[in-house]
Amino acid sequence: MIGYLVLTPFLAALLAPVLVFLIGHRASWILALVPGYLLYRFYEFVPAVAKGETVLQSHEWMGGFGINYSFMIDGLSLTFAFLILGIGFFIVIYAGGYLKGHQKLGRFLAVLLAFMGSMLGLVVSDNLITLFVFWELTSITSFLLIGFDNEREASRRAALQALIITGLGGLVMLAGFALIGLVGGTFELSELLSKGEVIKEHGLYSLMFWLVMAGAFTKSAQFPFHSWLPNAMEAPTPVSAYLHSATMVKAGVFLLMRTYPMLGETELWETVLPLFGGITLLIGTVLAVRDKDMKLMLAYTTVASLGLLVLMLGVGGARAIEGAVLYLIAHSFFKGALFMVVGTVDHEAGTRQIDKLSGLRSAMPITALAAALAALSMCGLPPFIGFIAKESIYYSLTHGGLHEWTIAIVAIVGNALMFGVAASIAIRPFMGKWIDPPKAVHEGPVMLFLGPLVLSITGLVTAVFALNFMQTNFFSPMVNAVAGSEVKLDLHLWHGINPALILSVITVGLGIAVFVFTANLKKFFDKVLNFIGWGPDKGFDQFICCLTWFAALITRFLQTGQMRTYMRVTFFVTALILLVPMFKLNIWPKMPNFPELRLWEIGVFVILVVGIIQVVFARTRLTAIISLGIQGFSVALIFMMFGAPDLSFTQFMVETLSVVIIALVLTRLKLMKQDRRSTASLLFDGVVALSVGVGMGTLLMNITQAPIDLRLSEFFSTYSAAIAHGRNIVNVILVDFRAIDTLGEITVVLITGVSALALIRVKAVPDRKTKTSQASSKIAGSEALKETS
Amino acid sequence: MESYLSILVGLYFAGSVYLLLSQSLVRILIGIALLGNGVNLLIFTSGRITRGVPPIIEKGAKIADASIANPLPQALILTAIVISFALFAFVLVLSYRAYQEIGTDDTAKMRLAEPVEPSRLPKGY
Amino acid sequence: MNTLILRTIVPLLTGLMVIYSIVVLLAGHNEPGGGFIGGLIAASAFALYGIACGVAPVRRALYFHPISIAAFGMLLSALSGVISYYKGVPFLTGLWWFPEIAKGVEVPLSTPLMFDIGVWLVVVGSLVTIALALEEKE
Repeated sequence: MIGYLVLTPFLAALLAPVLVFLIGHRASWILALVPGYLLYRFYEFVPAVAKGETVLQSHEWMGGFGINYSFMIDGLSLTFAFLILGIGFFIVIYAGGYLKGHQKLGRFLAVLLAFMGSMLGLVVSDNLITLFVFWELTSITSFLLIGFDNEREASRRAALQALIITGLGGLVMLAGFALIGLVGGTFELSELLSKGEVIKEHGLYSLMFWLVMAGAFTKSAQFPFHSWLPNAMEAPTPVSAYLHSATMVKAGVFLLMRTYPMLGETELWETVLPLFGGITLLIGTVLAVRDKDMKLMLAYTTVASLGLLVLMLGVGGARAIEGAVLYLIAHSFFKGALFMVVGTVDHEAGTRQIDKLSGLRSAMPITALAAALAALSMCGLPPFIGFIAKESIYYSLTHGGLHEWTIAIVAIVGNALMFGVAASIAIRPFMGKWIDPPKAVHEGPVMLFLGPLVLSITGLVTAVFALNFMQTNFFSPMVNAVAGSEVKLDLHLWHGINPALILSVITVGLGIAVFVFTANLKKFFDKVLNFIGWGPDKGFDQFICCLTWFAALITRFLQTGQMRTYMRVTFFVTALILLVPMFKLNIWPKMPNFPELRLWEIGVFVILVVGIIQVVFARTRLTAIISLGIQGFSVALIFMMFGAPDLSFTQFMVETLSVVIIALVLTRLKLMKQDRRSTASLLFDGVVALSVGVGMGTLLMNITQAPIDLRLSEFFSTYSAAIAHGRNIVNVILVDFRAIDTLGEITVVLITGVSALALIRVKAVPDRKTKTSQASSKIAGSEALKETS
Repeated sequence: MESYLSILVGLYFAGSVYLLLSQSLVRILIGIALLGNGVNLLIFTSGRITRGVPPIIEKGAKIADASIANPLPQALILTAIVISFALFAFVLVLSYRAYQEIGTDDTAKMRLAEPVEPSRLPKGY
Repeated sequence: MNTLILRTIVPLLTGLMVIYSIVVLLAGHNEPGGGFIGGLIAASAFALYGIACGVAPVRRALYFHPISIAAFGMLLSALSGVISYYKGVPFLTGLWWFPEIAKGVEVPLSTPLMFDIGVWLVVVGSLVTIALALEEKE
């Protein structure tokens, strides 16, 4: 049943273009019913999961390989499913409003729904291979969505970059999955989760770890793979809000959470994850503060948040996981909302440059409200879910040793910078004096403000009114699923004054300072980054350029464009294949016995040999044609002598026709007297040719000296007259026993006839040189290499 | 008897490969024709050889005489002859047309698809 | 090669060769022969005709375009296989009828015969197409 639920969005994706064609952008109201319905269906699992049960369902796929279309619903996958479907519901509506009247809205919604299905499949998969399939599907749909505006070069480049980075990461991850499957003896996650000790103590643990991390880090945009995420902002805002903040980029974090019981809590895990997460957090926030484009600012804070999540998972332990889980959920709400807010502002005001917008609160009150609520949650201020999340994070960090305290300092710096960014986005465009934006601005339609408003209010409601409900039904099961043990959560808005609260206050203080001194910080960061001058984004271009350059070099080496080179290689290898095994295994044929030949047999053989030699060394057309005919007719005589009259006739006719048509062609095509080859290459070719000849001859001798299985021939001889009414066994085989082969063969003959006719009739192709010069025109990235070289 | 034919087949292969390796279109064509015959003889020989009796059941008899030649390779070769001839004819037409368009029968100079002047290495992607 | 003797003899020779090729085709199931050989004989006949008298008379004599003849042969062969479906046996299973046209004279008809005629037509059509294409002056 879960399988069908996962399929539903894909089916809806097929329907989407038709609906859009029929009723335009209003179709998204109807299509939003799909995630709505799925939410309702998934809600049925909530009571069971809240009790700590796991729902498993499986359909056989490739059972022999242990690969099944199997699903698992536990606290982790259920919460993720709710995030995907819940946010997806609003995104589908938002997309209808955002791309209203767009020519390709149907395609957009279709891919969006397909992404929803892939993401849903990813989180509920129980089988590692199924998970991988959905994982790559999200990469592909993400590629299609980022490149949605396919006429812009930046958009195409961003799409390609995202696909290459996440796709390659996914492939590496597949290797890791295969190893885990081999070590654990199964691909089913539900079984693997209890085998954590086996995997952790295995000699290849570190290899598995790194392979899986490659998948998680690329998908979740960890430094140095983060550059695809800000570039992905080329996509329309609904995509940025949905894929590149709320759901898909969390797939990496999801994977870390899913594999936590298998791979987590080791020294390697607790060193690598905080390191990568911490660096990503700091770099993300620094880049966010520096940027002016609000969408990019949000993208960099997303990178930072993902870093924070990885950091927390790296710290490990139930408390840290609790912090990560809460922050993940909170982040999905406020970041999804903020992205949509920025999208709406961009849509209505015509720009999203933060320094060109001011005082929009009067024109867009609802959007401003949504922005404020979401930003408060992002800042980690009470009484929002973001506050609770941040408290949990700090709580876990303050209850540890030096290691945890170091991480706490990183987290404070990161959070303070994020605070500054959030405040900037909520305050600068909406407060202050009115600046005339490029477009006459007014509040967006319902479709545009519904999503951000509901999501930002959810952040408030969850914390104030529904904390207990959420805790029992979602937070606790999810933490338990990740930690793999029973953890009691005790969340409140107010814990009294404790170290965590003090850290929060410090964060807020620093955050306000960041907000106030944003301009100075920006200058400072600019200077630092300009000093470094090189980043992974540029590195990606350089890497791909090197790759294409390398590929071109290899191609040029292997593909010389000289037919003779190809032929030489082919026949050289053929000779090796024929002769080397005989040398190696010493399986030469026995000295053959040469029975006495009849006079005419000797005659035919001699004529044949002379014919072949004549052909090979012919210097004029006439000699070549005549000796070709001679050897052909000699073959016909051989067939005649050894009991094959059919073949003999056929060979005679074929040789006659051959001579006729070759004469027709050769009257117009000259045979050069001299071979064009140099003496050295003649020698080489001669040796190769002789080796092939000797090889074939000895091979045939070997074959004929071995016993032969004649059962098939005897069958044909026995039944030819009896059941096929034919006395000519060869003909009966052709037209009756093996008629379907003959059918194929006459098809070949017919095709040669048609192609020859087409070749004769076709006119000369126009000069190609003009085309090739166009093809080498500059493409993306050409400038990047120019700079480096 | 097979040993004689084996040597012949070897000779066929050596000759045709030598021709196929040449640079002149006409020699390559002749090489293809030779190769076809060589392969046919190869199949013929590997089905073992008997002198004389063709694989035809005598009138009135239901079952073939035990001494007949092996019919199976003959059936294979019969179609192979026709197909290799069709292929040969096609290649002949192809080379003839290529000669007409490009004006040379030197394979080293037939560089329409893979031009001699290699385009510079790509700079972008 | 456009000599008087050739031009006089070849039409006759062509006719004889085509008749012979049909004999070879029909006898093929029991004696040496069959569609491939017959087709090659007929194709050489037409090629010879073309060399001696030019391409136009051959085209006139054939009436249809040779490649259409080949395609028709292909159709015939394929259809001979389809017939077996109506008898509920697998594709291309040989089926035989022995209608008696006069007392004691049976004419064996069969789907393999139809198939072989198809082969004959394909071989004739395709090879004549190529030969004529080459013989034609551009």
